Amino acid sequence: MDAALVIEDLAVQLRGRGEVADILDGITLTVPRGSVTGVVGESGCGKSTLLRAILGILPGRATTPRGRILFEGRDILPARAAKPHGRIGFVPQDPYLSLNPVFRAGDQILEIMRRHAPGTRAEHRAKLVELFRAVQLPDPEAALRKYPHQFSGGQRQRLLIAAALCCDPALIVADEPTTALDVTTQREVLGLLRELVRARGLSMLFVTHDFGVLASLCDEVSVLYAGRVAESGPTRAVLDTPTHPYTRMLLACHPDRAVELLGIPGAVPPATAQPAGCRFHPRCPVAQPDCRQDVPPLLPWSGGRAVACPHAARMEAHALA
Amino acid sequence: MALYILRRIALSIPALLGLILLTFVLSRVVPGDPAATLAGDSATPAQIAQIRAQYGLDRPILEQAVIHVRQVLSGDLGNSIFSGRPVAEEIWQRLPATLELTFVALFLATLLGIGLGLVAALDHNGPLDHLVRLVSVGGLAIASFWLAIMLQLQFSMEWNLLPLRGRLDVALGQVPRLTGFMLVDTLAIGRFDLFLDALRHLALPAFTLALPGLATIARFTRSGVLEVLQKDYVLYARAAGYGRFRLAAIYVLRNAVTVTVTQVGLLFGALVSGAVAVEAVFDWPGLGTYAVQAILSADYKALLAVTLVIGVVYAVVNVAVDVAQAIIDPRVADQ
Repeated sequence: MDAALVIEDLAVQLRGRGEVADILDGITLTVPRGSVTGVVGESGCGKSTLLRAILGILPGRATTPRGRILFEGRDILPARAAKPHGRIGFVPQDPYLSLNPVFRAGDQILEIMRRHAPGTRAEHRAKLVELFRAVQLPDPEAALRKYPHQFSGGQRQRLLIAAALCCDPALIVADEPTTALDVTTQREVLGLLRELVRARGLSMLFVTHDFGVLASLCDEVSVLYAGRVAESGPTRAVLDTPTHPYTRMLLACHPDRAVELLGIPGAVPPATAQPAGCRFHPRCPVAQPDCRQDVPPLLPWSGGRAVACPHAARMEAHALA
Repeated sequence: MALYILRRIALSIPALLGLILLTFVLSRVVPGDPAATLAGDSATPAQIAQIRAQYGLDRPILEQAVIHVRQVLSGDLGNSIFSGRPVAEEIWQRLPATLELTFVALFLATLLGIGLGLVAALDHNGPLDHLVRLVSVGGLAIASFWLAIMLQLQFSMEWNLLPLRGRLDVALGQVPRLTGFMLVDTLAIGRFDLFLDALRHLALPAFTLALPGLATIARFTRSGVLEVLQKDYVLYARAAGYGRFRLAAIYVLRNAVTVTVTQVGLLFGALVSGAVAVEAVFDWPGLGTYAVQAILSADYKALLAVTLVIGVVYAVVNVAVDVAQAIIDPRVADQ
């Protein structure tokens, strides 16, 4: 399979106050070229750290990560590896906080192009105006001269999408780009992203905690729990017939399909005190004695999926209700 | 932006009127009868009454206030009790020397303060950070008259590197008064040697005056940069691959100095009052030495005029600071 991004056995730890937090452990996922892969999970499951590892901006207190992140034929994970600036476009979570308020928005994007895209400044400007038009920003020429506070939230997210596209990237990573927006704007921005993905054949890694967004945008999905992949596979298959107990409970107890563990007893373990074995076992209604000791491997499953639960096959649906 | 500047200037007019009234009130609440002071120790009551009538001091207080405001607005600050010459003229002679000194000190304090603050923040808790913190605590703690004398002893007496006092070495030549600013006038007549000499004369007093301000600005810049480094847009810029130097020196600093710039405006007041002591030590022919002389001779006209002029300069500097802030942070003018 032709992949835009391959993550193999990625583990990241953060040091803090004498403790070490296991943020990510054994993450393996692939973004096939020309498709959208979703990463879904609750707050604290490691989504943001995963993105920071890909973008090469892990916090200073991160220990040397384990594993590999393969992009365009090389491992971009090591601290000394050249970072794929420009080749990976980033759409951040909060459009209000992600642009510097004292510089023109256009200049902030042009600076990225100056460093990472070929061409003259005039060419960059022309291209940026085109991009502003593509992301349906009103009056693209005038937008170049405006400051961030002169745009609405939805417009700022469009600016950031244009910024992510400005160097013709081979991959887009998006960090819940609609959560900071109101519902109608969310729908518009999602529609835009879907259209851009289709029209430009983009490869994208899309992080979210919203199953609705996931269903409408992503071809593949990886469900994260406590820094590990619980289940992954084609979005339709995972949403229609969830297999890992965690995924099943999430989808069963939430009609609005936003990821929240209200209906599941217990709480997400703190990253500094992860349980041994399967990290979900303290809350799992079908946990077996071996779940307390053995880390469940990600096993191939029907419908092109992979599931990190050896007992999923034996599980009765009513046991989870 | 133009509208913002006009509004800001308009807002400072009531403040200036208030200042004029305040100087008037101050002149009336200070103990002692100005007419009696003017007439001297041996004056008869009749002479005092005559002087009172001559200066309008016998009229109703409100009428006096109106007259005072009108006089000040027309540039008439009265005559010096000490020299008998118009105060406005005397101040006009000395103001450029003080402004030159304070502006150079402000420039030094801002430039070095921002630089040191940035270096400290980028080396957070490192050796440079500790060094800058030491300098800023010291800069605020050291009394400027003591520092002035120490600098004179070391640089002028011991090493003979810099002049001890004054604005220019008269042996080198005369400078006609064009603007009153030595640095400008020497260049205007094309005498680069005199320009350098003026700079050498400025070095010690300007540094002495700048040090406390430099310390304050360094501290504000340091904490500002540390705060901005935590912002999402800095993380975003790093992810997007901004250059390290550009990120620190331009992208972060411009946000961080918005707070610093406000401090610069406030500092100017401290600089002018600090100039009194510094001018005295370095024998600088400015407003500070004039004020000291006025205090010693109980020349209340001169003192009030100095207060007024410093107040006006302060107001002008603060308008300039607000405008600078609006240029640095475009959100300010749009509010």
